[in-house]
Amino acid sequence: MPTISYYLGRSAQSNVEEALQAAKNASDYNALLHLTEERAVKRAAMVDAGEISGRLAGVPFVVKDNFLAFDGPTTAASKILQNFNAPVQATVVEKLEAEGAICIGKANLDSFAHGSSTENSAFGVTKNAVDPTRVAGGSSGGSAVAVKLGIVPFSLGTDTGGSIRQPASFNGVVGVKPTYGMTSRYGVVSMASSTDVMGCFALTAEDAELVVEIMAGQDSRDMTTLPDYFAPEAAKAPMKIGVIRDFMTEGTDEGVRARVDDYMKQLEAKGHIVEEVSLPMAKYSLAMYYIVVPAEIASNLARYDGVRYGVRAEGTTTIEELYGKSREQGFGAESKRRILIGNYVLSSGFFDAYYQKAQKARQLLINEFNELFSSYDILISPVVPTTAFGIGENTDDPMKMYLSDAMTVGVSMAGLPALSVPAGESNGMPVGVQLIANAQKDALLFDLAKSMETKQ
Amino acid sequence: MTTITRDDIQKLAGLSNLHLSDDEILSLQGDLKAVLQYVEQLDQLNTEDVQPAYQVTGLQNIVRDDTVAEDNVNRETLLALAPDTKDNQIKVPKVL
Repeated sequence: MPTISYYLGRSAQSNVEEALQAAKNASDYNALLHLTEERAVKRAAMVDAGEISGRLAGVPFVVKDNFLAFDGPTTAASKILQNFNAPVQATVVEKLEAEGAICIGKANLDSFAHGSSTENSAFGVTKNAVDPTRVAGGSSGGSAVAVKLGIVPFSLGTDTGGSIRQPASFNGVVGVKPTYGMTSRYGVVSMASSTDVMGCFALTAEDAELVVEIMAGQDSRDMTTLPDYFAPEAAKAPMKIGVIRDFMTEGTDEGVRARVDDYMKQLEAKGHIVEEVSLPMAKYSLAMYYIVVPAEIASNLARYDGVRYGVRAEGTTTIEELYGKSREQGFGAESKRRILIGNYVLSSGFFDAYYQKAQKARQLLINEFNELFSSYDILISPVVPTTAFGIGENTDDPMKMYLSDAMTVGVSMAGLPALSVPAGESNGMPVGVQLIANAQKDALLFDLAKSMETKQ
Repeated sequence: MTTITRDDIQKLAGLSNLHLSDDEILSLQGDLKAVLQYVEQLDQLNTEDVQPAYQVTGLQNIVRDDTVAEDNVNRETLLALAPDTKDNQIKVPKVL
């Protein structure tokens, strides 16, 4: 499977042609919702003519369809935005284009990034790249599958509670969820603004680091971006690494635990110190997540009303009816569920008991992470308790679906950076290991992941 | 034990400007109850004297210069996104 270096120095037009052809050949997977062919071909010609240059000159990529990008609609895999043509591009897309990268298409997702399997898309399910009877994971499922299938060497995704890390684990690619605030959220369809993070998928940690380095940086259009800090570091060994014991219990598949154990042994063989640590608040992280995040979703999705953009319901006679029916027809079941949960926990009488309580619990979780990072450089755990589940297996039970995010949501609530790196297989399906660092220590994660890759 | 009635769902749907079918109301009643029961485990935590986190960056009061921001998006482009327009305005049904 070609990594970024394969594409550099070749004809950009051939790169783009090959990627577009590969995308068309893989249409059965439904990883991509549409191709931005016209713009891609034009930009490739400009790269070949020397009009655009940079560190990713002529390298094709895809973005999750909640990133605003030119040439075709930005749908967030929802009906309400199915005809929405973005008037601007996301900051991170602009940054990658400024380095010569060429976006060839938009990847499928759970509608508005609400889901863990890419089964909630208004435009069909994305199939797992390794076993098409199983889910791609989600919500950035299409982006993960596009990389695993070799259509493009990297892709962009968003991670609010695990939406990059989990599909990376399910498909066997590297997934990066940077520190909250390292990458700009400008021009990306908002889900939960206090945990939404823009990241990427790639085949190697080295490629992922290059992409993230280009994406990173303070943006005057996103006031929650941190002052620039990201810079690749030289390898630091030995590191002190804590394995989160709370995620290595019987609730996690034996095959998944075995791969994490193997990874620990490899870390030790490289001279790192690996110890078991405890994160007692971990078991509460999903509960706080399913209060805070729906609350933010309910607020962020209030803007879709069928008035200024997006699809408007036909035949309504009052403004209330226009709002109510446009939203009924435009949102999927999972988005409706989260809007209602969010407005419930925010409503007067319940605010203290749910929303406020969850934000206090979030602080307790952050305190525990801080405590661990005073003694450890990196924490590791599985990404997901299982490998990719079957298509349709969890769709009837929202709680069961939510539980697949139990090991990733805590990191999001605390705003920490994490990688999902491939760590072998269990019964033929990929297993990922989650590497977690303290806020703004993203570079440490890449150091470690790169050193582990050269060994294999 | 949290109970969620049909009326609760309808009231929430009203607050959310969301029209729902009868079937949706029924299934959301069960879904909300299950989620709220799950999240109530937070009651086990002692959060006395804990400040709510709300955000994780520690950034405060980020402001920009009070000047007109450069933007390439013009009125025509934005109006073209609206489902219905008339006389350079977005058209909606009667509000009052």
